[in-house]
Amino acid sequence: MVALTVNGTRHEPTSPDDTPLLSVLRGPLGLSGPRFGCGLGMCGACLVLVDGRPMTSCDTPLWSVDGTAVTTVEGLATDGAPHPLQQAFLDEQAAQCGYCTSGILIRAAALLDENPNPDEDAVVAALDENLCRCGVQRRVVRAVLRAAAGGQR
Amino acid sequence: MTLPPDLAANPRLSTWLRVAADGVVTVRVGKVELGQGIVTALAQIAADELDVEFADVRMEPAGTAAGPDEGFTAGSLSVSTSGAALRQACAEVRALFAAAAADELGVEPADVAVHEGTFAAAGRELTYGALAARVDLDREATGDVEPKAADRLLLVGTDVARLDLPDKVTGRPRFVHDLRLPGQLFGRVVRPPSPAATLLDVDTGAVEARTGVRAVVRDGSFLGVVADDEPAADEAAEALRGNAQWKTEQSLPDEADLPAFLRGGPTDDTVVEESGTPEPGRVARTLKARYGKQFLAHGSMAPSCGVARWDDDAVTVWTHSQGVHPLRRAIASVLGMGVDAVTVRHVEGAGCYGHNGADDAAFDAVLLARAVPGRPVLLRWSRADELSWSPFGSAMSMDVEAGVDASGDVVTWSYELWSHGYTSRPGYAGNPGLLAARHLERPVEPAPPVDPALPSGGSHRNAVPGYAFPHLSVHAHRVLHTPLRTSAMRSLGAYGNVFAIESFLDELAEAAGRDPLEYRLAQLTDPRGRAVLESAADLAGWSTRGDEENVGHGIGYARYKSLSAYCAVIAEVETVSEIRVRRLAVAVDVGRVVNPDGVHNQIEGGAVQATSWTLKESVRFDRERVTSTDWASYPILRFSEVPAVDVRVVSRPDEPSLGSGEAVQGPAAAAIGNAVADALGVRVRDLPITPERVVAAIERSS
Ligand code: FES
Ligand code: FES
Repeated sequence: MVALTVNGTRHEPTSPDDTPLLSVLRGPLGLSGPRFGCGLGMCGACLVLVDGRPMTSCDTPLWSVDGTAVTTVEGLATDGAPHPLQQAFLDEQAAQCGYCTSGILIRAAALLDENPNPDEDAVVAALDENLCRCGVQRRVVRAVLRAAAGGQR
Repeated sequence: MTLPPDLAANPRLSTWLRVAADGVVTVRVGKVELGQGIVTALAQIAADELDVEFADVRMEPAGTAAGPDEGFTAGSLSVSTSGAALRQACAEVRALFAAAAADELGVEPADVAVHEGTFAAAGRELTYGALAARVDLDREATGDVEPKAADRLLLVGTDVARLDLPDKVTGRPRFVHDLRLPGQLFGRVVRPPSPAATLLDVDTGAVEARTGVRAVVRDGSFLGVVADDEPAADEAAEALRGNAQWKTEQSLPDEADLPAFLRGGPTDDTVVEESGTPEPGRVARTLKARYGKQFLAHGSMAPSCGVARWDDDAVTVWTHSQGVHPLRRAIASVLGMGVDAVTVRHVEGAGCYGHNGADDAAFDAVLLARAVPGRPVLLRWSRADELSWSPFGSAMSMDVEAGVDASGDVVTWSYELWSHGYTSRPGYAGNPGLLAARHLERPVEPAPPVDPALPSGGSHRNAVPGYAFPHLSVHAHRVLHTPLRTSAMRSLGAYGNVFAIESFLDELAEAAGRDPLEYRLAQLTDPRGRAVLESAADLAGWSTRGDEENVGHGIGYARYKSLSAYCAVIAEVETVSEIRVRRLAVAVDVGRVVNPDGVHNQIEGGAVQATSWTLKESVRFDRERVTSTDWASYPILRFSEVPAVDVRVVSRPDEPSLGSGEAVQGPAAAAIGNAVADALGVRVRDLPITPERVVAAIERSS
């Protein structure tokens, strides 16, 4: 039986071991933040943090995350206060349809954990595997830089 | 005054607005959120016209059960059409409340001051909420009330934060994909392996017996499954696919020679424009060129999705369709039901850039849910189906020829284009517009896609150049044989036509040894067009642009649909080892701006998407099937490839609002093409401008 922590709560999902993590999160665990975009590990819409590392949950089998701590976009906020990135995305209105947004937030959160003061090139490089069809990439980069600068810009 | 058309068609004020005793104003519009921010812009209009706080306005999603029928949300028309209707409805509602307040306060209506939701006179105040019970909105709009003048609007013209974004940055359920209704099951469709394939045989028994499988649905060549959860549905669909035998057919054209295909078949021909008089005596020189574009895919980030539930003989559908009413009528007609038995509600999907798979997925859900009465079924497409079965933007082939005088100015211009029609939406011109309809045992065969009427047009949208050419001849050929399904995609034919026209204009300027900006201004008389060109040139520093090696600059300009937003783009590209668009400087004139940041966001996004189309995108296929089925075979622009986009909005507060969502597509493509030609000295006339095509152009020229 696989056991994992999701956004701070321990779960022992009964899904078969090879079920994609995304299906577990969106199914029995009732989350909606991780999105299904391609199911092929190619777009980043389904990203979650697994022990702090961004992983595409659509092609990650449940068994492989046994004993880990998973964070979804729902878990980025602390004590009800939005994560600085979430606030910065609102301040910059860095979305159109917003379908790509949770995956981008997750990747950006991992980046800021590792490098709290990235320059523009570092942000762009970190997000290069995340696709956005609406074309809000420039706003996203501005928002991440804004969050890194403590909400200022 | 005459009512705005959408209000005339839906004249009851209560269809649009409801005021509750707590002062909350509920607004229903027929337009839907597609990721473009329209609902926020319409809320701004309502709050402003009513004089209520923005926070007191609640926008209800569109649906067939209540609210106005405003057709499709398309064509960048929502702010102008829905906005005008809503503004008038709100002005009338405000006047009714002011009259009720005057009555209550014992003063003349003209003496009542309205501010932030309160009506004040003679030292007393009444709120919308307090008056709500006295005002009956179940009455028709009269057109007797004038909406506010532009200078009295407080919210319109300001940056109001999008209403939908807080949910989207926190991951709350917001999309149709997130719907979880009581008793909900999950569905998948097993599509044929290719557009012309038909189902010969399938062994459904083994799949029906699997745990978690609720139903296998087969109707002609339509095959699908309903299961308890998504993984079970996926596995069952895979098993069904393995058990199915299809008859396939080599029905597709040669991808490498689309011009031959487009020009080879039967067409429906339109004279788009014949004007002026040819003066052959003034023609010093004649030039001509052929341009083209490939098929394009919508490539929304989410695969299409729909939910349906049958209760007895009625069905309820949740969908991200662009038109809940047309979808309702299409479903009813294909299934031979009364329209009243179909209820359609809008729920947001991912970004929508035209007629994608949303309606098809809704209908798929309806077909699957029929097998499990009383249970809602959520049907989601796969990425491969999304990229291969959603309608495409048509390939096009264009010939352009111009006779120029001794100074290089155009004396005579002729243009001819070949393309599939750009609309096969549900119900449009008799088309059912629902993919699965053609696969049923009793199929409803699709008619060839059609084109919206001129002047806005479809494949011939923007086929007429906006310049003051003394003689014009423009012809369009709608290709009737459509082995690949095509329909509306952002800007329709304008993308290809503006690319061709504006590229050729640069060819003419170059042949005359003239500056591309000066050449355009010399032949453009429309002052608003000139203003955006000059503004973009100023923004981009056109006159002081450097002469860096491997760097080029190019211009593209058009007035969208020949009657809507004006847009000029200047591109800066770098062509070292690959083609990189460094920067797009965009100037637009969209008349009165409702939400400036919303316009910026739309233009930026449109420019980035157009860059992606122009440099990278092309639907791939062999003679049998579509082969671009994932993000590796259908690549789109990535973060590292996205240009800087600088937008300048030329403000026209006294002009009617014009849509902004599609204006930049064509000018951006042309600007990039012209900049590549400027950098390399050779021109690529076929979209997309890939490294292979650049190499071929260089080889041809040497
Ligand atoms: S859905 Fe997982 S990467 Fe696209
Ligand atoms: S905002 Fe729509 S895909 Fe990124």
